[in-house]
Amino acid sequence: MKIAADFTIPYYQYLSDEGKPLDSFPEQLCNTDLWVRFYKHMVLVRTFDQKVVALQRTGQMGTYPSSLGQEAIGSAVGFSMASDDVFVPYYRDQATQLLRGVPMEDIMRYWGGDERGSVFTGDAKEDFPTCVPIATQITHAAGIATAFKVRRQRRAVVTTCGDGATSRGDFSESLNLAGTWQLPMVVVVNNNQWAISVRREEQTAAETIAQKAISAGIEGIQVDGNDPIALLHVLNHALEKAHNAKGPTLIEAISYRLCDHTTADDATRYRSAEELSKGWEREPIKRLQNFLYGKKLWDEDQEKQLIASCKEQVQSAVEVYTSIESEPAEAMFDYLYADLPQALEEQRADVIHKASNMRRGA
Amino acid sequence: MTQFQATPEPHKNPISGEQPEIETTKATLVEAINLALAHSMQHDENVVVLGEDVGTNGGVFRATVDLKSEFGLRRVMDTPLAETLIAGITIGMASQGLKPVCEIQFMGFIYSTVEHIVSHAARMRNRTRGRLTCPMVLRAPYGGGIHAPEHHSESTEAMFAHIPGLQVVVPSSPARAYGLLISAIQSPDPVIFLEPKRIYRSVKQNIVNNGEGLPLETCFTLKQGDDITLISWGAMIQETLEAATKLEEQNIHADVIDVASIKPLDMTTILASVERTGRCVIIHEAAKTCGVGAEISAQIAEKGLLSLLAPIARVAGYDTIMPYYRNEDYYMPSTQQIMEAALKTMAFQ
Repeated sequence: MKIAADFTIPYYQYLSDEGKPLDSFPEQLCNTDLWVRFYKHMVLVRTFDQKVVALQRTGQMGTYPSSLGQEAIGSAVGFSMASDDVFVPYYRDQATQLLRGVPMEDIMRYWGGDERGSVFTGDAKEDFPTCVPIATQITHAAGIATAFKVRRQRRAVVTTCGDGATSRGDFSESLNLAGTWQLPMVVVVNNNQWAISVRREEQTAAETIAQKAISAGIEGIQVDGNDPIALLHVLNHALEKAHNAKGPTLIEAISYRLCDHTTADDATRYRSAEELSKGWEREPIKRLQNFLYGKKLWDEDQEKQLIASCKEQVQSAVEVYTSIESEPAEAMFDYLYADLPQALEEQRADVIHKASNMRRGA
Repeated sequence: MTQFQATPEPHKNPISGEQPEIETTKATLVEAINLALAHSMQHDENVVVLGEDVGTNGGVFRATVDLKSEFGLRRVMDTPLAETLIAGITIGMASQGLKPVCEIQFMGFIYSTVEHIVSHAARMRNRTRGRLTCPMVLRAPYGGGIHAPEHHSESTEAMFAHIPGLQVVVPSSPARAYGLLISAIQSPDPVIFLEPKRIYRSVKQNIVNNGEGLPLETCFTLKQGDDITLISWGAMIQETLEAATKLEEQNIHADVIDVASIKPLDMTTILASVERTGRCVIIHEAAKTCGVGAEISAQIAEKGLLSLLAPIARVAGYDTIMPYYRNEDYYMPSTQQIMEAALKTMAFQ
């Protein structure tokens, strides 16, 4: 017997769970300004999530998936991407979307039942909207990366998914294509250990999710998903490859879902309080905060100011969100096709009539 | 769809889609598909073709033959053997303003694309309020009658016709295949383009390869008559025209309508015809229950009931699994069945 092929999966971590440096940082990441911005953004995202969940609990919001405990992954993606790259999210990507310039009120509008929440502008103008059907976004990302290749553009696509999504054909088929066609694409798996109530171990017997890259002939990396420095490092590496036609990368970011799957879920039905409290010991915000305190880059006054300003920012977005009027009833027809087919004119007129009756309480 | 506003109203001024014989190429339906693809690729660099075996092999039916050598592998892509992926990447490409035309080798393999077509392609414009769109064409050969293996003969166009946001187009002659595909590629919204493979090579027709499209939102009246309306699409147009010719021998003159656009349906043309004839037979290869014939029939009942002189008849495939090829002729609607249904409809008092 000879070895036909041999593989390893690297794992990156620069900060201990307590926020102590384990290793010297890559030169590019010795950037105190970036560390502080990263920290501020994670706090903003957590404040945002808490507020949106509160809105849901008080009947002012639809079902919402918080990113509690996973703020570092989305933040690292957002801080690493170039403005003309394209982001193709799943549904727990508030942190990235905010960095891509999507206003908070638009994220609220999407989950608050208003299609206009996906009319992105700025860096996000070509980004895909939030994707609910699991893993389908990864194939769209592969298509966008193909378009970049067809047009010889030096742009990259970053797409994200959860650990459950890695069980799906879309995940495998897209990685396979990304390898075959050497697409400028980065796939980031937010391995938060739970696909609603099903554990990571029940999704796959593979030792790591990152090794699924090996079967597609692409690079697979595992990273501590609660470690901002390690995340930035692997994302910079993957994006530099993508921008220089050096092929795709799969990144498995290991984190923990400290919240329920969505506001419609009750995680106490399937996981123990003990496991949850262990998850809190590794969470990213405390970790980076400890690091910044240790480096004397942050103090309690700044912390107080930050929390106040985050709350204020979120509150003003809530005011915009709650003050926006719904679209007219016929909007459901007006974006269905570039031009409304004649066959639908009668139905459109009917909904206008129905809406007017509803307004009159008929 | 507005690019066709200049088109004459079909019920007043029937157009057959057949073109005059000037500077023409003789082509079969599948060759017409190839001509339309090549013309579109020549005139718009955003048009790309992808699918299984579409490159060097030129497609298993040769619909994409020579495109790779002419336009290169960046624009003619042999994909891995994964239909879900083909649909998904087509959507991604379309969101970037390319006009991808993907081929699913047989309609029997289309089902794994359905999630992408229904949940994404059909919804992209709506869910982003027009920010991202999906100007794609998904081509697939469909229908029975060619003695193919299992899974290669079904007609499930009604499945897609049920989905808001899609257009479903079925050509029934080389000239209409050319013109409709040109328009499908130019359409700003997704088109499911189903090619009746039984008539891929059955006739040659003169094609003017000038890139002129045919309207996607109208029926084509292939034959005019005042006694009965025969409504069909795809390969069954052959049997329907044959039946119409035979009916003429009995002095029964049929209006023959090729629906062509399964979605959106041009009920204006159909209702105008039924209003004139008062009798109609709908013919399709797909299973009868919940087939597109049921929708046409329901709309005639809703809007044209009082002009009917006889109940609407449907000649359709049975509500069974398509038999393997030894028995497929028992399944396929025949000229004889159309004749019988038409004569019964005519006899109704």
